[in-house]
Amino acid sequence: MTVRIDNCFETLKLTNKKALITFLTAGDPNYDLSLELIKSLPEAGADIIEIGMPFSDPMADGPAIQASSLRAINSGHKMEKTFEMIESFRKDNSRTPIILMGYFNPIYNYGVDSFIKKIIDIEVDGVIVVDLPPEEDNELCNALECADLSFIRLVTPTTNTDRLNKILQKTSGFLYYVSIAGITGSKRPEINEVETAVQEIKTKTNIPVGVGFGIRTKEDIKRVGDFADGVIVGSVLVDIIKNNEHESSVKDKIMKKVREFASAV
Amino acid sequence: MDKLNSYKLGPDQNGRFGIFGGRFVAETLMPLILDLEKAYQQAKKDDSFQSELAYLNKYYTGRPSPLYFAERLTDYLKTAKIYFKRDELNHTGSHKINNCLGQILLAKRMGKTRIIAETGAGQHGVAVATVSARFGIPCVIYMGAKDIERQKPNVFRMKLLGAEVVPVRSGNSTLKDAMNEALRDWVANVNDTFYIIGTVAGPHPYPEMVRDFQSIIGKETKEQILDQEGRLPDQLIACIGGGSNAMGLFYPFLDDKSVKITGIEAGGMGLQGEKHCASLTAGRPGVLHGNRTYLLQDDDGQIIEGHSISAGLDYPGIGPEHAWLKESGRVEYFAITDSEAVEAFKICTKTEGIIPALEPSHAIAHLINIAPNLSKNDLVVMNLCGRGDKDIFTIAEHLNMEI
Repeated sequence: MTVRIDNCFETLKLTNKKALITFLTAGDPNYDLSLELIKSLPEAGADIIEIGMPFSDPMADGPAIQASSLRAINSGHKMEKTFEMIESFRKDNSRTPIILMGYFNPIYNYGVDSFIKKIIDIEVDGVIVVDLPPEEDNELCNALECADLSFIRLVTPTTNTDRLNKILQKTSGFLYYVSIAGITGSKRPEINEVETAVQEIKTKTNIPVGVGFGIRTKEDIKRVGDFADGVIVGSVLVDIIKNNEHESSVKDKIMKKVREFASAV
Repeated sequence: MDKLNSYKLGPDQNGRFGIFGGRFVAETLMPLILDLEKAYQQAKKDDSFQSELAYLNKYYTGRPSPLYFAERLTDYLKTAKIYFKRDELNHTGSHKINNCLGQILLAKRMGKTRIIAETGAGQHGVAVATVSARFGIPCVIYMGAKDIERQKPNVFRMKLLGAEVVPVRSGNSTLKDAMNEALRDWVANVNDTFYIIGTVAGPHPYPEMVRDFQSIIGKETKEQILDQEGRLPDQLIACIGGGSNAMGLFYPFLDDKSVKITGIEAGGMGLQGEKHCASLTAGRPGVLHGNRTYLLQDDDGQIIEGHSISAGLDYPGIGPEHAWLKESGRVEYFAITDSEAVEAFKICTKTEGIIPALEPSHAIAHLINIAPNLSKNDLVVMNLCGRGDKDIFTIAEHLNMEI
């Protein structure tokens, strides 16, 4: 529901806080741990949870998130299991917005109508599909809009004014500003340039703006939080799963990181 | 579909051939793709662009390639009159150069100073490295680490030509992963870089653009067969990986209803398991690398790695125009196994004194299979799109022979 995302940003605004948006891939490294991680995120300070739907060929993602998709797929993860995870999460949490992020093929393969029906059923709030630009709105975006679900758009450093206007025509929930021309988790963004871009966007829309791609430190989060409405972190969390063979320590380390980040927004 | 007046009108303004094609790319790439489309539409109509391309095709590549009457193969099969379109005689040894020359001229025109490309078997990589050397533009070729192992001579050629060959270890380390990596490079180097895609796939306008540059194959064939036989052929046959040589041969004939057109996919070890690359005959529609087309995928929409003895056919997708031509019924598609292709390779080599690449060997194998059903008066044109020097090691391994 769009309203859950809207409420989240409005509530934070009252206390002059920004949203910490955390990304983890569903099923990484396996179903049970992944579910446990997602369930623990709100308490650690995540305001919005972004869940990656694994795909074999994530062409906009860097090595960290590619590897997380593969770990999930190799552990036997399927689309249905992502839905099961969310269903289980919603049993104890009806407040935190959930955004599904991924690529179009698994959704197309599942069937667009069935996908929408399912995510309404399990109370997903929004969807980010990397390879659906405004030119392909008939594929999914228009149907999501009718169903009162947010289709969260990406704006990038290559987006010119004409395109920005086109993108703003149909976007809801929040706008995802991609802070670098590049893939997830690669180079560090030039925060000053990001600030200029976000301010430009804010002259044109009241929709909250979240910033992501390449943000890995508390300092950058603090800096971005000064001008954006939300900060998105993914690769830095996913790397913790990759670097820790012992599952027992993964949860503690990720939640510690999330708490640290939450204190900066 | 019988009501169609022409099969040559695609793609539409959204880059669609029916439901296939499109522009399924990240927002970062969208402005580039729109720029490219605009630049290509202008270049297409520009006489100076076309005449420079025509000049290079003639004096650099050696076009037109001959349309050769394969007399001994015809005798051997005791069937229709068989012609080979000899694109293996091109500079760099395959049809890939036709497209690379077109795209690098466009890159130059757009003021781009860096070239990137993906390659599987290395034929496209060699062609890109060649034109990059010819135009003095630095180039980076992404190639799966597994393919680098399998195709050492081509890797060495690319390096000699001055290209940087980057091994891709993500995913399964083959062609589709090389394409993912090239797209990632492009996203990160949007201002100065031109991506030369090697086949009729990818986001619009690539399928259209590559088809147009390759269509010289079909245009020449039409003139040559009319000149040599005084009539159109009864059948065209070409192999299909991504489908660029086939699209190039087929396109000028699509509205000639009397010409039967057949595309041949890599059946690998047979269509029953997963060890093949027959996306049209055994896959289903999906979205990958910027376009909707037939793909090899599992029940959850994850892309499956194909297999073929021929690294050039080893791609889990297919150009979107082929997907549309299949559904419209204009072109028929069949699969040929590794073993059938090797057998055809041997027959062609011995009867014609031409060592074909393993890719067109698939098309020859189909020709051999259908020979009993053809009449002696039939004219068949097969696109001999690459030479087989690169494949001798693979053939030796398949036949358990030592070189």
